[in-house]
Parts: sequence; structure tokens; C-alpha cells
Amino acid sequence: MTQSNRLSGGQIDRNTTVNFQFDNHNYTAHPGDTLGSALLANDVRLIGRSFKYHRPRGLLTAGSEEPNGIVELRSGNRQEPNTRATTTEMFDGLEAQSQNRWPSLKFDALGVNDLFSNFLSAGFYYKTFMWPAAFWEKVYEPIIRRAAGLGSLSMEADPDEYDKGFRHCDLLIIGAGPSGLMAALTAGRAGADVILADEDFRFGGRLNSETFSVGDQSSSDWAEQAVAELSSMPNVRLMARTTVIGAFDHGIYGAVERTGDHVATLPAGKPRQILWRIYTKKALLCAGSTERPIAFENNDRPGIMMASALRTYANRFAATASQRVAIFTNNDDGHRTAADLHAKGVHVCAVIDVREDAPVNYDYEVLSGAQVVNTKGRLGLTFVEVALPDGSTRTLECGALGVSGGWNPNVHLTCHQRGRPVWNDDLAAFVPGPNLPVGLTVAGAANGVMSTQGALQSGAEAAAAALELSVAQPVLPEAEDAPIAQKPFWYVEGCKRAWLDQQNDVTVKDVKLSYQEGFRSVEHLKRYTTLGMATDQGKTSNISALAIMAEVAGKSIPETGTTIFRPPYTPVPISTFAGRMKGQEFHPTRLTPSHYWAKERDAVFVEVGNWLRAQWFPLPGETHWRESVDREVRQTRASVGVCDCTTLGKIDVQGADAADFLNRVYANGFAKLPVGKTRYGLMLREDGMVMDDGTAARLAEDHFVVTTTTANAVNVYRHMEFVRQCLFPDMDVQLISTTESWAQYAVAGPNSRKLLQKIVDPEFDISNHAFPFMGCGNITVCGGLRARLFRISFSGELAFEIAVPSRHGDALMRRLMAEGEEFDVVPYGTEALGVMRIEKGHAAGNELNGTTTALNLGLGKMVSKKKDSIGSTLSEREALVEPDVLRLVGIKPVSPEEKVTAGGHLMNTTGPVDAAHDQGYVTSAAYSPILNSNIGLGLLKDGANRMGEKMRLVSPLTDLTVEVEIVSAHFVDPEGERLRA
Amino acid sequence: MIINHPLLGPRDASEFTYLGDASLINRPDWQAEDAAEAFYEYGYLRDNPAGEHQELWYHEAGDRSWLVVTRDTTTHEISKVELARDVARARGRSK
Repeated sequence: MTQSNRLSGGQIDRNTTVNFQFDNHNYTAHPGDTLGSALLANDVRLIGRSFKYHRPRGLLTAGSEEPNGIVELRSGNRQEPNTRATTTEMFDGLEAQSQNRWPSLKFDALGVNDLFSNFLSAGFYYKTFMWPAAFWEKVYEPIIRRAAGLGSLSMEADPDEYDKGFRHCDLLIIGAGPSGLMAALTAGRAGADVILADEDFRFGGRLNSETFSVGDQSSSDWAEQAVAELSSMPNVRLMARTTVIGAFDHGIYGAVERTGDHVATLPAGKPRQILWRIYTKKALLCAGSTERPIAFENNDRPGIMMASALRTYANRFAATASQRVAIFTNNDDGHRTAADLHAKGVHVCAVIDVREDAPVNYDYEVLSGAQVVNTKGRLGLTFVEVALPDGSTRTLECGALGVSGGWNPNVHLTCHQRGRPVWNDDLAAFVPGPNLPVGLTVAGAANGVMSTQGALQSGAEAAAAALELSVAQPVLPEAEDAPIAQKPFWYVEGCKRAWLDQQNDVTVKDVKLSYQEGFRSVEHLKRYTTLGMATDQGKTSNISALAIMAEVAGKSIPETGTTIFRPPYTPVPISTFAGRMKGQEFHPTRLTPSHYWAKERDAVFVEVGNWLRAQWFPLPGETHWRESVDREVRQTRASVGVCDCTTLGKIDVQGADAADFLNRVYANGFAKLPVGKTRYGLMLREDGMVMDDGTAARLAEDHFVVTTTTANAVNVYRHMEFVRQCLFPDMDVQLISTTESWAQYAVAGPNSRKLLQKIVDPEFDISNHAFPFMGCGNITVCGGLRARLFRISFSGELAFEIAVPSRHGDALMRRLMAEGEEFDVVPYGTEALGVMRIEKGHAAGNELNGTTTALNLGLGKMVSKKKDSIGSTLSEREALVEPDVLRLVGIKPVSPEEKVTAGGHLMNTTGPVDAAHDQGYVTSAAYSPILNSNIGLGLLKDGANRMGEKMRLVSPLTDLTVEVEIVSAHFVDPEGERLRA
Repeated sequence: MIINHPLLGPRDASEFTYLGDASLINRPDWQAEDAAEAFYEYGYLRDNPAGEHQELWYHEAGDRSWLVVTRDTTTHEISKVELARDVARARGRSK
């Protein structure tokens, strides 16, 4: 198809022609085009359907503020909804689809909504779908979900990579229009580290869209030359296709760089987008301004666009929406568009200016004091109806209408830290207020300086001021310096269906209605009408809506106020925020030194925090996890098992006051623990609840090795540092986490000593007499390898934990397996570990759930009253020590095969089953292959005095009721004889 | 946010973990007559100022220093950063 609306000139590469598709039709374009400009050049005005009424819509703008021209890009798993055609850079093979229409763009079945517009006015969801309540989930919501929304998702994972990065600079300049380029030249020439970022793929901003000159060059040539000079400076970094999305605390800015959106195929290993965090000493906002529309009847037809957009398309992209255009304006800038289009050979039917004293032009007709009162054209503009000052109307035949209602400075980033913009009467617009983010200043049109000369000057001055440069008056090229001439004009009197927010289908009438219905705050107006929401955030519509609301309320616009601007400035894909943190890479995965050994043994792994731990080790023929776990438990209790416990937190505590320090952080005493002994330690939070438990082994007078649970390793270390630095700053004690430094294995079972004796070097006696229960010491193994041995037991068996430097962990595990063959040694995982600790009645994570006290766990006597320790005072609070507080008990079903459910509640055998009669709950449950019964641990009111009592275990969620007996939590070896064997 | 660490210079806030009010340094005397009441207040009662606030930050992904950061809660302006240990000593804490 030919590009019938292509004009002369422009900054496109006519030597290269690329092909693209829109709604499966083939078109051609040139590099330098956007999807939007290419569609216009190919005489495609109809681009999408509106959100609510499904009205035909085309492009409104030529930039990132676009509300209408949003499409789905690409296909398959790269399909991307709600992408602005106006900022989508053209490349060969680009595919785009229109959105929100069915079955086709030209005939949309839901266009019928437009006929029922009276019922779909402001707040219609709230008013219409009110009752019956039961209909919400099943009827209303599915209907709304299908009809509403814009683009659709591919429902497939995004295959591309996204990345994050960090950059630093003296001065970040946001926007590369006249003020931004001049600021960058000023700062760059002075030697400062500068980052110049612009959302466009071509630097220059409005300079690329205008025909006037800067110095003795065209404005776009001047921009190109400035960019060339900046590129040659090693201290200046130019970031094109980069949107600064937010101004954050302390001079940090967020920016999204679209590194791969403009190519058909990403180079391998390259990210599609990068989320930058830019640390700045100073920042300068040169974001320019956005033209705003005037609302009139049926102002949303394809072909009705911002006047400045028509000018951009003509001058920069050499494209026009139609060969016959009209302009509707309240200011001189609208006339500039008419002149430029005329110069390009586009027929200007008329300039309709609301002002009586509109400038005269002899090339085309100017209708002064006139207004557009209606338009025609079902799928695109055909006629414009104009009311003339004498009361008559005139119909103009045209395919495009440029509308100019004045310009709004892009103040967004100045408000990201709750700064409020202030009203400027001359501009009839908000300009940046006094409370800017620290370090940020504003220059050019973003600061209300609307002429090119003014922008160049304010950019140079602002950069010099930000960097405290003592340069003489900067040398600036001569440029256009026209004063602003406009008459504030927001909407045409008497219009009903005049669109303000085209993306959300909000009309002038909706704003008035919302006010009448009592929504007086602008924030309420926004929520009730949805004005200013969705992908464009009302960049073209907010101010006009405020003006109308102010008028209805009889207040001024500044009194009415604005809604709050929040990041991001333009939409950011979730993938970009996620970066590489997705799937397996969502968090780091920590592997123990014997991980690959366990993998060789076909271990099934479980995530514990960031760690992967072996859960069980299935043997060939075992079809159910219980078979493996039961075997591991039986074999360990019968002979010997080995479990990797490297993941337990390990903290080295050294110093003259080490014992005193542990006395403070543990509820029980450590001062008298002899060297060569280990003690169980119970750690409380200051509120008296149990925080964690572990062991502390005294290797020397001034040296302890403390263990924590896997899950709490980080928190406990942080807490201990808090106690050391903030509470007892003069204690002579040092802490370091050694979790990763040591590989540690539990060797448990009656033959554990015999196994260890085969690898512990002979000079170390580990007999029961020389190395009794709770002993510890530095030893060597396998002929001189440094190791630590602790005689501690979690399983309740005769057991040891042996630690070697991490790099030897894998070898030690293999050696233990080889040497243990004669004892039928078994590796066991976390499931068997859990079964054995439940059989033994040891509290673990399920019991240390943040709401339990030492007393609850049957460890009340461990809380020493003879010393100051964290949590001891508040552990004695009245409610925590009442006689019938929850106590740890064992739970056994009356029929052993009946399941005990963790989380199930304990109820008396008779009486109601409800919260008021709750007696306690089950914390842990397992099948014990030793007792041949399901068993559990739980917390029961006054549990210590209820041994032997029959109760009901209920789980209303799973409809379960089991008769259980309350027993001691110590199911196996209650006297601890095996431990000491 | 950027915290100007007294030993390491400006560091990004993402390297830190936040605990809360620096009044947590003022742990009561466990042997005082009103210890129960004092610990209750220490543990549960906090001021919630709109403005300057002294708070504890922990340089978890750094040198593991606890810091007392004086921050304006309305603007996030940080006016002072001290080692918590120095603050604790200045408040009379020792062993």
C-alpha cells in the first residue's frame, strides 16, 4: 500500500523502507517513524475502540501522553498490551493489533454501549450493579471483566530478560529539548558528570517538531549538532529511550531504558528494558509541556487531534492525518500549526479561534470568535460544524481537526515528594511549586518558560546554578521568543458528549454530574468518574476537568486543587520491576557442601528459607515418601543415621565477656558452663515470647559457638548485634556468623560413636566417659583434618554433631557413608529429622511460633530469675503465667491409624465445637514408625495436668473429628537413657 | 534513601534493616521496683512524631553496625547519623 499521506521533509530515512502490520494488513514505513506516524502516513486514522462506549478512536497526540492510540504489540509470548502507538519506534517486521473491539475494529458489537450512554454515566458501576449481592461474584463481575479493560494478556511467560542497574552523576537532566540540551552543553563543557535522559529515541524534543531556526540553523539541525557535541564529551552520558519515572528520596531517580523495544529480535543475552537507579547530586527537570484539548460535542472522532501533534507529524515525521485539516484554538500556537501544515501543502480549511482578535492570515481563512459545536464521521472525521459570532453555523469538510487549548508544564516529577504545583494566571496552567524534591530544579517549558529562547536560557542558567558554576553570561543562539497569547477556554458551552478523558470515556457531563452527586474533592472526582486513571494518567485531561469542576463549584482552579502525581511517569511493565528476580532467581538459592552428593542419592529437596535441604532419600522401589521416611527413622534408631545440619545458624562468640553476654541473650544461665561442654539455650524476645533456641558450646573460657535454627539465623544474629552494640556497648565481646564456614552433620543412633571412632583421629577419646553427653571439643579427623565435635542430640538417640570446614563437607559425608556401611548407615532428611524430634517431644519452628512462652513449652524453669536476660521481666506478665495457660503435650489418636492434623483444634469430648470452647491446638504431627501410630505435639490449656484425658481433635475446614488421648510429649525414651549411652 | 554511615560514607538504604525508635536503647533496669511497668512501657509505648525522629537502622548488608539515624518523618531528610554504640554510651549504658 502506498503512503498516501506522506509529506515532504521530515526526519525519517526515506532511503530505507520497512514493512509492518496493523490488524494483519501490510503497510510500509521508514526508519524514524513511530507506529503512529506510519499509520497516519498510510491514511489509517481509526486505531482503537474506547474503554466504555467502544467508540471509534484515533491518535490524539504524538507523544507519551497518548490516551487513545494504544495497541497490542508483537505476538505469541511477546504480545504486549496497551502500548502507545505514538511512542512505538518503527522497525521492519513490527506487528500491532488494535484493542478492545470485537469482532473487528470497524464493526464492534459493544459499540451498542454508546447508545446506552445515559445509563453508563459517572459512577455507573456503583449505581447499576448494586443488588442482589449474590450476583456480584457470579454475574456482574465476569460481565464487567469481559467488557472492560483494554488490551489482553498472552497468558504466557515473557521470554525476554530485563535488568536493573545503578548510575551516578553530578547532574541528571531529564528531557533533551531546548532547555535540556542547553543545560547539558553548559554542564558538560564545565566538566561535570552529566546524564541526559529522554524518553524519545531522538533527542531534541519540540525542536524536532518546529520549523523556526535556532541561531542560523533549523531547530532540528541545532539539536543534532548539540547532540553531536555532547556525544564527544566523555563526562556526558546520553540515555535515549529512557524515561525518568520517579523522583525519590535523597536525589535518587528511577529510570526505564527501553534497550530492546525498537528491534525485531533482541540480540542474545541483551535485556529488553533496564530499570536504572540514578544517584544524583543535582537534577534538572526539562520535561517540557503538554498541549491540552478543548472539549466540544463529539470531539473524539478519529482525525481530531492536538494541534501540536499535527505539527509534529508534519514537520518531524512528514505525515498528515488528512489532506484537509482545520484548527480549533484559543491561542497563537494553534495558528503556528496551520502555517506549518499550509507550508507542507496540506489544505487548511480554516482556523477557528475562540478569540475575537485572532491573528489574521492571508493564506487560509481564520474564523475569529468562532467555536466548534459538533463533528460528523462514524469511523473518522468528515465534517466540522462551527458556530460563528453572528449566530450562524458553518460546516467545514475536513479529515483532521487540530485542537489547541494551551500548554500545561509537565510538573509531574516535581510533585513526587508531595510538592504541590501552583497556578499561573498568565499561562492558565499549573507550574512547579516551591516544595521541590531536594536537589531538583526546573527549567524551560516545564517551569512555564514557553518560548524557545527562554528555554535555552533557563536551561543554561539552571545548569550553572545547580553546579554552582561561576561562568559569565552563557552564549546562546538566537531563537524564537514569542510571548504567550491565549484566552483560557476549556469547553464549548452547551456540549453534552464532549470528551475530557478519552481513555476512560469521561465527558464534561460526567464531571458535572459527579459534582452534583456530592463528590466535591478532586480525589473523589477521580475515583468516581475514573478521570485521569489508567495508562495515560490524565496527562491531557486533568487540568480541563479541574477547570470545569472549579466552574461548577464556583471556585477558582487553584482552590479546587490537583490530584497527587505519583510515580511512574509513564507505565512500566511488571517484568521491568522484577528484572532478573523471577522464577528460580526470585531469591538466592543456598546449597550445602554435600548438596551434590545428596543429588546423586536422588534426594528430594525442600526449600528452607533460601536453603535447599534434603527432605528424604528414596530408594529404588519406594513409591511413597512415607516408605522412605519410615525406613530412615527405623534405621537411625536401630543403628546409625547421618543428617546434614549445615543450614543451622552458627555464630562465633568471643571475648572476655562472652559468657556474660550469653547470659543476657539466653534466658538460662551460661556463666558456669565449663569449657568442653555444650548447653541448650532458650532465647526470648523482650516481650517474653520465645524467639529461638539452639546450643552454645564453650570451646574456651572466652570462646563459644552458638547455633540457631535455620529459619532464624539472620534474625538471631541481628538481635545479638543489637544487644551487643545498643544495650551493652562496653562488653568485651565480638560476634561473627560462621554459618557458611562449617559443614555440619548429625550422626545419630546407637552405633553413632562406633562410626565416628572410625574417622576421628585416635588421639581423641570419644568414649562415653571421656566425651560424655553435652561434651564438645576441637578434634581432628581422617588424619589431621580440623573438626569440631558436639555430643548433642535432636533425635533423642546417642548422637553427635560433627563440623568440618565447608570445603571438606562433601568428602566427610562420603567418608561417613563408606565407613558406615558395616553398620548399615542411612542418610536421613528433614522429614525423618522431624519425625524423630516429635517422637522425642522437642519443640521446633512449629512450636516456636512467636506466641509461645517458655512456660507454654514446658521450659518455664529455664528462665533464670537470678540474672538480667532479655525477656525475663515481661515473661512474668500476669496473663502469661496463669495456671491454665497452654502447655506442650503429646497427642495420640485412640485408633493409631487415625490421622492427627497439625492446625486441628482440641475440644472436650462433649460440648459445642466453637472458638469459645477451644482447649488448644495441634502444632506438629507425624506418623511414628517406632510407635506404629500417628502422633502429634500440641498446646493445650492446663495441659500438664491433663495427661491421659480423652479429647476430640477437630478440623472444621477438612471436616475431621478424631478421638485422641493426651500424653506426655516425650513419646520415645522419656528418661533420656539413650542420649547418655 | 541514602544513609551517610559514619564509618563508610553514603550507603543506599536497601543495605539496611530498620528496627524502629531509638528509645529501644533505653532498656530499663531489671532490678528496679517498677521494672514490670518500665519494661511494658519500653516494649510497647512509642512516640509517633511527625517530624524529627531518632531511629535504629542496622547495616545488615554492610559492616553490621547499628546506627541511630535522625530522620524527619515528613520529608525523609536525614540530619544526623551516629553509631548506636556511641549513642548508647552517651546515654550511660555500659555492660
